[in-house]
Parts: sequence; C-alpha cells; structure tokens
Amino acid sequence: MPVTNLMTFNVSRMEVMDLDGNVDAGLMPDLSPEQVAELYGIMVLTRRLDERMLKLQRQGRLGTFARVLGQEAAHIGAAYAMREGDWLVPAFRETGSFIVRGIPVERVLQYWGGDEWGQHFPEGSRVLPVSVPVGTHMLHAVGIGWAMKQDRERVAVLTVFGDGATSEGDFHEAMNFAAVFQAPAVFLCQNNHWAISVPYGRQTAAASIAQKAIAYGMPGIQVDGNDVFAVYRVVRDALDRARNGEGPTLVEAHTYRMADHTTSDDARKYRPPEETAYWQERDPLERLARYMRRKGLLDEAREAETLARAEAEVDRVVAAYEAFPAPPPDDLFAHLYAEMTPALRAQRDALLAALGEGE
Amino acid sequence: MAEIPFTAALNRAMAEEMKQDERVVVLGEDVRAGFFGATSGLVDIFGPERVLNTPIWESGIAGMALGLAVTGLRPVAELMFADFFYLAADEIANQMASWHYVTGGQTPVPIVVRTAAGGGFAIGYNHSQCTEASFLNPPGLKIVAPSTAHDAYGLLKSAIRDDNPVLFIEHKLLYGVPGEVPDEEYLIPLGEAAVRREGKDVTVLAWSTMVGKALQASEELEKQGVSVEVIDARTLVPLDEATLLASVAKTGRLVTVEEGRKRGGVGAEIAATVMEKAFGSLKAPVVRVAAPNIPVPSGPAAEAMHVPSVPSIIGGVRTALA
Repeated sequence: MPVTNLMTFNVSRMEVMDLDGNVDAGLMPDLSPEQVAELYGIMVLTRRLDERMLKLQRQGRLGTFARVLGQEAAHIGAAYAMREGDWLVPAFRETGSFIVRGIPVERVLQYWGGDEWGQHFPEGSRVLPVSVPVGTHMLHAVGIGWAMKQDRERVAVLTVFGDGATSEGDFHEAMNFAAVFQAPAVFLCQNNHWAISVPYGRQTAAASIAQKAIAYGMPGIQVDGNDVFAVYRVVRDALDRARNGEGPTLVEAHTYRMADHTTSDDARKYRPPEETAYWQERDPLERLARYMRRKGLLDEAREAETLARAEAEVDRVVAAYEAFPAPPPDDLFAHLYAEMTPALRAQRDALLAALGEGE
Repeated sequence: MAEIPFTAALNRAMAEEMKQDERVVVLGEDVRAGFFGATSGLVDIFGPERVLNTPIWESGIAGMALGLAVTGLRPVAELMFADFFYLAADEIANQMASWHYVTGGQTPVPIVVRTAAGGGFAIGYNHSQCTEASFLNPPGLKIVAPSTAHDAYGLLKSAIRDDNPVLFIEHKLLYGVPGEVPDEEYLIPLGEAAVRREGKDVTVLAWSTMVGKALQASEELEKQGVSVEVIDARTLVPLDEATLLASVAKTGRLVTVEEGRKRGGVGAEIAATVMEKAFGSLKAPVVRVAAPNIPVPSGPAAEAMHVPSVPSIIGGVRTALA
C-alpha cells in the first residue's frame, strides 16, 4: 500500500507597514486619516496611562498590574476592528482594548487598585471583566459565541490571551469546540514571547502559534503584532468571517512584552538586553508615527497636542480612580448571592460588630 | 397523583422550565440521548439549539455554560459523573461561583450543574464518588442533593430559577426509584430541610440516598426503644440551620450521615456549626457516619463495605447515645 500525503499546510504572516512606516498599498486597510489619528491617539493615551500607572504602583497608590508597553498595536488594533454588538473577552494585558470599547478606564485602575467593583462595566458594553487565570476565559468566549449564533445575531466574539495561555488545556478545549460548533469567535494570541520568565521556546515546540489552528480545523494566521494596520486588517477580516457564519479564526499577533510581566517582576534578571533592543526598533507607536509623518498626518504641533490630550485624560482617569470611595464592609457580603443566605448574614453581622458598626 | 421515577421527575422539571422560559437551555455529553435518562426526549420538544450535545469536555461544559449565562441564557449543564466536578473545578469553583460577587450582581449566574453521584454499581473510584463536600468551601455556589422524586422535581425547578450557580447532586441509585409527584406544579425552595420522621432521643441528618437508610435505621432503633428524628437536609448550601438547630435543641444528640468521605466532609462542617451554635444543647459529641478516607473500591463487596449502611448508622446512633 502506498504512503500518500494526507495534508500539506502553509501558515501565512502578514505585515502591512515596514519599520520606516512605508505601507503595502495592496494590503493597507481602508482607514480614513481621522481613524488613523484616532488609533494613534488611543495608542498614545494607553502608553501614557501605562507609565502613570507604573508610577502610581511604585508610590503605593495602585496594586500590582500588568503593563502593556510594546503591545499597543496588537490589542488596540484588534479592538479597533470590532463593531457594535461584538463581545470582548479579555485576559489581563488589554488596557487599550478597554479604551477602544468605551469602558471608563478608571474602572480598570479601580480593579488593579484592589477593588473588584472595578469590574462594573456599563450595562450592555459586552466587555467581560479582566481574567487572570490566563486561559479560562476562552471557554466563556465559545459559550457567548454559540449563544449569539443561536440568537441569529450577526456579531462576533474577540477573545485575547498570551502565548503562555496556549499551554493551558483551556486553549485546546476552546479552540477545538469553537471549531466544532463553528462559533463566531476570533482567538487573538498576543504572543509577547515571555510568560513571566518562560520564553516562547519553552512554551511550545511549534514554530508558530498560528499553525496550531490547522489541527483544530480553523484558519490561523500570524501577523506582525507591532504593525497596527496589519493587526487591524487581519482581525477585521477574521471578525467578518465569524459574523458571516464562516467560523472561528486564530490570529497570532507577533509582538513583545517590553515591560516586566507585572510590577512584581524584574525582567532584567532573565532577559537578554539585545533582545529588548531588537524589539525597541520595532516599537509600534513610533512605527505608526513614522507612517503618519510621511503622510502629512502628524507634525510636531499635532504630536504635542495628542500628548497633551492624553496627559489630560490620564489626569482625569487617575483623579476619578482615586475619588472612588472604599466600599463599605457590608458590600463584601451583599453581592455573593442574589439573595443573601442566613449564614452569610451572620458572618456580615459578626464583621460589622467587630468593626463597631453593628446595628 | 402519579408515581414516577426520579429521572422522570427531573425530566418533567426541565421540560416545564424550558417551556415556560425560552432562556433555559440544556447542555452536556449525550444529553440528547440522555445517558441516565433525565434529559431524554427534550431535544424532540425543544430542538437541538436548546439541547446541546457537547463532546467530552467537562471544564468546557462548565465554562461554556458561564459564557451562555453571561448572554442571558439559563443553562442546565450536565456533568455525567460527580467525580468529573474535579475536571471542571476551575470553572465551577473559581469562575461561576465568583461572578455574581465580582461583578457586584451585574452578571447573574443562573447555571445548574447536574451530576450523577455515588456508588452502588461497582464502577470504580472515578465513577462512584460523592464530591459535594469539596464544593462547600468555594463561596457563591449552592448545593442541592434530593432524596426523592418529589423533591427532585421541586428543587430542580427552583435551582433553574435561581440566579446563582447550583450544583445539583443526583444519586445514581435513586434514578430508577419511583415516587409520588403531584400533577400540579410546585417548587421547593432551596435552603429548606424536611423533617422525615419526628423523634426525641437523637437527630440524624442525612441527604440523598442516606435519608432512606437513616429511615430504615430509625425503624430498627424504634423497636429497640430509641426515638430518632430524621432530617433530610435537601440543600447543603445554604443549609437550613434553623431546622437542624431546633431539632438538636430537642434531642441533644446529632449523627450526620453521608456517603462521602469523613475527613473534611459535609458532616465536619455541620458538626462545627452545631458546636458553635448549640453547644449548650449537646448531651454528647456529634457523631459522623461517613465513608473511610480511601478511594471508592471497585469490587462490589468492597464498595458495599465502603458506603455507610443501615447497621453503621445504627452504630453511630448507639455511639451518640452512649
């Protein structure tokens, strides 16, 4: 019996913009100058916020949080490709995605400040809370996608995770059944090459994350994750496929975590400086700025204006965050069950009595 | 009033709730066929979109149920065996249990996770456990374990209407047991125990299959002049402490009976609660009748020794009276 070739596969990578900001006209997505300026503004705001949050954390005014430095194109470009009605199911390194989706950013600071009420997003926002177990939320995205499909809503779900999450069983389960159920989901892996101190090569023996899609029966594509146009283009196409009933897609945004894992980490202990330098040359924000300067969309005055606007917004966000009152103690007990159980009421009363606030 | 099997009572409860509320959906492995029969036929009435067969995927079934709930649906998920709760523990204990709390009630989590628990079929340590004790600890869950077809119907309907996740524990040995289920609709609130037999010397608290064994034991004991009060907890979280404490105040003695293992078992929690709240009423230490801390044996003879029996319950009551 002959041995036949069962399958041959190729995995594509898309780049639209080079390091100097030149774009491939054939691949360039249809974005108006205003949209490009908006994307730039959100990326600048996200970076300024990230920097300010670091200062707040170092001053003891914010808890441990996950910085997004260097990954702005990946998670902002992707969220920008979403449409009204789409769902965002995030992990924890997507601050800019929240901004794009209209979440009051002070809520995000409130969450990282140690107050769960930071997960109170506006009704109908269709954005799930920050999820830190790295892969768990991908299963929720499949459920949401399936429900949307049954409701005949032509919307899609974007779920975001890191390269580390691809080692979790949840990744396999979610990818597998999203494909089996043809759920309208887009799986966006922000491959930032480091899961705390574990490098990509210790996370998987596969040459790319994107190729893992093949085995599940869905398309997978790698995109230059520091090229906001490429990310936008690829994710937009994937979301369109999902909305059109053509099933899920895996998108690997090839990017780099320029900062530490979280503010509790020091990446200098385990990362070669030349690697960081290599990626510094690929900085997503600077690349977009180069493009805009070439196109006459950005000059010194507009750059300064964008920065000033971002600073003002960051000031507003920080003030709003610090103005949130600490939740009263009985709030701890109020929301566990729709109706408080007798045992919980007793525990609440005991705490209030201990605090001298008993009735 | 008709006598119908436990599975038929469950089936009727789900069918009625699905008919009354189109947000109720059923999902799990083989739920269209109905592995134990509880979900059989639902797909014919409500269609494949509301009765979703999933592949073997316990954490995914639970995680997907949470995703469905976020969109406003009310999923009734089936995990085929209670042992598999551990495969889905992240989604159950970390996620669905917490979401009502972490979203400040913004995201109700109206999920029921049904499962088949317990031994009796000699099918080994991964298909025979009672795992409910493991889920007493994570906050945000409710745990229900009915002992009759009548209760299975009324409790499942309440569980489906609850806005918090409910683990619904069905003992495999009860599935075929018929019971009277009135034709008219009724609900049994979660958190209400039932006094199955009144007595004055000792209180026995049990649930699921152990209620029947406790009743048998109490009949034997009555012949020996011991008056036993048998309480069917029905709901383990929230526990009906009022009924339990009133009974202990009357009898001064408590025996807890569970098929699950003793260490860290439900009985341990109940014993501690009674000690905290009714120490003055106790005439003797609380006795826990439970399985030993070994995996459920596969052999029929060994399994039968592992599960608490009528004689071991009688022994427990005798200890409490000594």
